[in-house]
Amino acid sequence: MNVPDDLKYTKSHEWVRTEGDTATIGITDHAQDELGDIVFVELPEEGATFDAGESFGSVESVKAVSDLYTPLGGEVVEVNSALEDAPEKINEDPYGEGWIVKLRTSEEAELLSPEEYEKVVEEES
Amino acid sequence: MEGLKRTPLYDEHKNLGARLVDFAGYEMPVQYSGIKTEHEAVRTRAGLFDVSHMGEAVFRGPEAEAAVQRLVTRDVGRLEVGQAGYSAVCYEDGGTVDDVIVYRREDDFLVVVNASNREKDLAHFRENTEDLDVEVADESDEWALLALQGPEAAKLLQDLTDTELSDLKPFRFAWGEIGGAEAIISRTGYTGEDGFEIYLPGGDAPQVWRTLIEAGATPAGLGARDTLRLEAGMCLYGNELDAETTPLEAGISFAVHLDKEQEFIGQAALKEEKEKGLRKKLVGFEMEGRGIARHDHQVTVNDEMVGHVTSGTKSPTLDRAIGLALVDSGVEDRFDVVIRDNPVPAKAVPLPFYKRDRG
Repeated sequence: MNVPDDLKYTKSHEWVRTEGDTATIGITDHAQDELGDIVFVELPEEGATFDAGESFGSVESVKAVSDLYTPLGGEVVEVNSALEDAPEKINEDPYGEGWIVKLRTSEEAELLSPEEYEKVVEEES
Repeated sequence: MEGLKRTPLYDEHKNLGARLVDFAGYEMPVQYSGIKTEHEAVRTRAGLFDVSHMGEAVFRGPEAEAAVQRLVTRDVGRLEVGQAGYSAVCYEDGGTVDDVIVYRREDDFLVVVNASNREKDLAHFRENTEDLDVEVADESDEWALLALQGPEAAKLLQDLTDTELSDLKPFRFAWGEIGGAEAIISRTGYTGEDGFEIYLPGGDAPQVWRTLIEAGATPAGLGARDTLRLEAGMCLYGNELDAETTPLEAGISFAVHLDKEQEFIGQAALKEEKEKGLRKKLVGFEMEGRGIARHDHQVTVNDEMVGHVTSGTKSPTLDRAIGLALVDSGVEDRFDVVIRDNPVPAKAVPLPFYKRDRG
């Protein structure tokens, strides 16, 4: 299981990369592996705002739909529209080309460290 | 997973790294390498499924044929020994108890039922044949069932058996030997491809499974089985068929012989339904807007609910979102599927979505 050191995580298996007031969000390697072949991504509109804990979209594998939650409130400044035609990028490169959304946020969320996230995954299995 | 039953192939699945899930009380492989890969293997080469969870009911005795005739919608009197037929089992009101395959064997009838319906079916079979001289045996735990499916299935299997497979036409079966094990080899399946279902004693199953994989079959799980059967436009009990849906509504009238001389349970109700006109119908559709329809999504026309999606997925072969829906019989070719509160346009298309090239 790949859990990069330089990211923060949520219990619902999203990763967050914070740069200034921008937070990039995706789903973890563990999450994509559990879902299997991802065939559809529902992305929010740019400019939409979400509260912390709110669902901003979904990813679907052949068999299952999984909601995406933002741990931080904010405004969507960019979505990875390449995923509309190539949702499998999430399987192939969950922390890189498979990023999902960028939020402008002023919030500080309580996120999990890589070590804490690894424990969450271990406890679930 | 505690309290779940295992098939004789459980250890094989574990060794292959399958992801196991609870399905009808069994710990079953949903996927090995990935649903899309396994799906493609079945469409282009050969895939191997463990479907040992399916139930086997055997009807024996002087009135076995009369019992089966009473229970199923197909006229099994037209089946020859060595021939099988797809059929529905109905309640008096025409609602569906199960969909089954009936095998006419030399001395008895084998009726293969859905795992999730096994106990309900056996009770229904016995209750409704008490006055007949027939024994209904539940042999589900004695049999393993492998499904070898795909365009290369026949070639692959022929190297392992002396049974002449080219003599075995669709829906025909024969006893044969595969890798030293006695088995019923049946030219049937649930994928839309050519292929075989192989019934054999549980103890022989692991060895035959390994032999077939060594010969080149790709292990495939229930996930691919579901996307394959949906592309082929085949019903799944609990989705397209249930106690509230008749086989005519679900589009399997080819398995219902309304003119059957020996009356079957539900015959009168189905005849009446046909005369009066169906209230609902099963349609195949493709999504036109973005989104994947799923089981239980609502179907609307001008925001009015007209039915529901029974099965939906992203078709691996067609790379489009497809589905089946039960809708009011007056619904035409355009409707919406409500996905996460949004009506998304869909259009009806002819079934099946996928039909193999018979060369």
